[in-house]
Amino acid sequence: MKLSNGKGKMVAPLLINGEIHDVIVRSADTLLPILREQLGLTGAKQACQNGDCGACTVLINNQPSHACLSLAIETVNQSITTIEGLSNSPMQEAFVNNWAIQCGYCTPGFIVNSHALVTNHPNADDNIIEEWLQSNICRCTGYEEIKMAVKSVLKTSSE
Amino acid sequence: MEQTERTSVGQPEQRIDAVEKAAGKVKFTDDYQAPGMLHAKLVTSTEAHAYLQSVETAAAWKVPGVRAIITGETFPFHIGPILADRPPLAYEKVRYIGEPVAIIVADSDYQAKQAASKVVVTYKKLPIVHNVQQAFEASAPVIHNDLGEYTKIIGNVYPVAGTNIASRIKIRKGDFGTAWKNCTETISETYSFNLSDHVALETRSARVEINPAGKVIVHACTQSPFTIKKVFNQFFNLDVGSVIVHIPMVGGAFGGKGTVQLEPLAYLASKAVGGRLVKLTLSREEDMTTAPCRIGFDATIKLGVDHNGKLLAGQYTFLIDSGAYSDQAAGITRAAALDCTGPYHIPNVWCDSYCMYTNHPFATSFRGYGHPELTFAVERTMDKLAKNLNMCPIELREINTILPGHTSPTQAVITKNNIGDAQKCIALAKERIAWEEGERLVGENGKVRAKGLSLFWKTSTTATNAQAGAILTFEADGKVNLNCAAIELGQGTKTVLGQIVAEKLKMKLEDIHVTMEVNTQSDPHQWRTVASSTTFLAGRAVYAAAENAIGQLKKTASTVLQCAEEDLEVGGGRVYLKPDPTFGVEIKELALGYKFPNGHSIGGQIVGVGKHIQRHLTPMDKNTGFGKPGPWWSVGVQAVEVEIDERDFTYKILKAVTVLDGGTIINPMTATQQMRGGMYMGLSYAAIEKFVFDHNEEVENNDLRQYGTLRYGEQPEQYTVDFIETPAADGPYGARGIGEYGVIGAPAALANSLSNALQVELNELPLVPEYLWKMKKERRQ
Repeated sequence: MKLSNGKGKMVAPLLINGEIHDVIVRSADTLLPILREQLGLTGAKQACQNGDCGACTVLINNQPSHACLSLAIETVNQSITTIEGLSNSPMQEAFVNNWAIQCGYCTPGFIVNSHALVTNHPNADDNIIEEWLQSNICRCTGYEEIKMAVKSVLKTSSE
Repeated sequence: MEQTERTSVGQPEQRIDAVEKAAGKVKFTDDYQAPGMLHAKLVTSTEAHAYLQSVETAAAWKVPGVRAIITGETFPFHIGPILADRPPLAYEKVRYIGEPVAIIVADSDYQAKQAASKVVVTYKKLPIVHNVQQAFEASAPVIHNDLGEYTKIIGNVYPVAGTNIASRIKIRKGDFGTAWKNCTETISETYSFNLSDHVALETRSARVEINPAGKVIVHACTQSPFTIKKVFNQFFNLDVGSVIVHIPMVGGAFGGKGTVQLEPLAYLASKAVGGRLVKLTLSREEDMTTAPCRIGFDATIKLGVDHNGKLLAGQYTFLIDSGAYSDQAAGITRAAALDCTGPYHIPNVWCDSYCMYTNHPFATSFRGYGHPELTFAVERTMDKLAKNLNMCPIELREINTILPGHTSPTQAVITKNNIGDAQKCIALAKERIAWEEGERLVGENGKVRAKGLSLFWKTSTTATNAQAGAILTFEADGKVNLNCAAIELGQGTKTVLGQIVAEKLKMKLEDIHVTMEVNTQSDPHQWRTVASSTTFLAGRAVYAAAENAIGQLKKTASTVLQCAEEDLEVGGGRVYLKPDPTFGVEIKELALGYKFPNGHSIGGQIVGVGKHIQRHLTPMDKNTGFGKPGPWWSVGVQAVEVEIDERDFTYKILKAVTVLDGGTIINPMTATQQMRGGMYMGLSYAAIEKFVFDHNEEVENNDLRQYGTLRYGEQPEQYTVDFIETPAADGPYGARGIGEYGVIGAPAALANSLSNALQVELNELPLVPEYLWKMKKERRQ
């Protein structure tokens, strides 16, 4: 996929949550504003735009990625999944049932990342969980309830 | 209030916002888009203290899409919540790095950013005030030349013209001087910590439009929508009623969204483009250093005891680093003074609390409102005093605990109805942290395990006329809508208020539809969602609204059932006869008025209204502090156990304990969430958080990569939370405030545990391994 250097814009097809959406992309656009402003997929949050907090986490080909650091044009021909594409997933239910949600701003990023964690490592131990979840910041919960949520899904899937 | 079997209050009802939040479907302020909406971007100061010589905008205007550029001359007046000392856009002078100097309004976000980078600001540098100690010196550069001229927005603020003292609060209780001389043992200790940040995950955002009829429509993530109206009225000369503020759910606030900073800028931006809708969202870097942060704090504490270890005298000097403007730091200066002793009975108290200007980013309220800081200083001093007295630190606390019959530092009388039971809290916390097993143990692995503990208290220093209102409207199916201006910022307040209504109406929580968004045009006035006051104030208002609705239901039902109102009872979706509950009428038959078989109708819709206002609060006397600052004190104990490796001074927090007397707990799970999250926040602050300044007073770590917060895996391995529920006579179902309390004792408990572990005195924050190593090395030398 080529885009003229600098000022050009193009219409690009993105595969998001199993559907193709045509979006307008500048060369400098990251995936995050495209999702939020053109498609109304505001579950991914803009909280640092620096890859530091994980609030914008989406899946690109089933791997958690920072939408704020992924160039939109590079996600053409990739499969993108946002929190809106995970409706009724076990991880969402686990976050609700384990009281892992307060203000809810970090929640979509945490759920997407945790979903990918249990998909990629169905037998994850504490070290793997910690390695994966250190990428996301929550300021409300103290992480205890998030730990319980993730472990509850791991337990169910390993049974 | 009545003590019957409860079905909703006291139950761990699921939060009413959890499912939507898990789905990622909640729309926060910045999540809204509108075609034609313009975007604003700030140009911020690169100097900490300087005259503005020129702001060149010609190059910025050449960027395509730019619609307006606004500078300080547009509005050369000062605003502020307590002392009006801050121009919303720097005018003539800048006082911190990050201060807004100009606003660009453009069609798109990237155009606004591009234009902002092309504004050229020329400064004439002034000498910088680097810290509170320097600020206090007579020779220090003066940051606010017009300090004596500023308007006081509230009474209890005492600026000293010609200095950097934005406010000085005095407490004088008893006779400190004489009592000090009579003490058999005294101690004097100093403490210091830097400014830091809230790091709410949602950065601040506001949208404003001005419609052709002059209505100003504000969308904001704020804890204080009615204060926005007040500020716009005071400073922009707008009718209070023409300013309409909408607040969706808020993505964390922690006090940082309690003050009004961004909305006036968004208003000026909209005004500059003929009232068009303009959005101003801060980047993380701006949110940390342009928007207000957390105070820095220097304290000297002197305590004196008699031969039994009973506290006789306490002297407290606080220098609060307010940064460039006083904002809520002026209120924190007062709050820290009026609770300066911690929950201890001290007959002779002398406190001088100063709000100091420096050339740092300005500070505002942070969860705990000065109490985590003062508690750190008090509780570290108590531990050291116990050591000097060769006494168990818990015993020293036990014999000095404040009890009913004593008075607070401002001489407010403590009664069994306005304070929690500190002694019960101590007893349970001791058990939870297994104190008897030993304060300091060396494990087989060579690591040291140690414990530390902290008492804490706080009252809610609200406005003396702080209040809330609520409206209940009934639907045709007999279910209820609850509208009030309490803001959901993660603390679960809307769930708890719904539970109070459900309890009173004897309905299920799922039958109470709580409006999550706040709209100042349709919701009754509420002071603000701060100061752990919402369960109390809004809780009383919704309770009253439910009582009011019950009265209306009974009135209509008494006609339908042909009986006296006082013979009727409401519950289970019905109004029924007390002696014969099978005889009754369903609420849905009454909700929109009762219609008889012949078509005649009576009663009309049920609209319950309720309100509550603080009672008997007073401002503080200028010279002695005398006054009644808040409705009650919640008290508690926190304890921490750490394990430290003395080879590299890294440590793990093994256990964090909270025992709080918060009165009746309306929802044990949301309350536990608040305590755990509060402990995490207090421990993160104490362990690693602070702004690092360079020699120009620029914050070097203004992003989340460099500004550390404890991350997943670094939290305590175990949290325990317990509540002692001594009912507050005034509270809804006996509840007191709890929102901030989980934070307050955590820093002190961590510092006490690490001081025990290393057998050094740790008087600074944050408690990073390098600092611990340095202190240990000094001791060895």
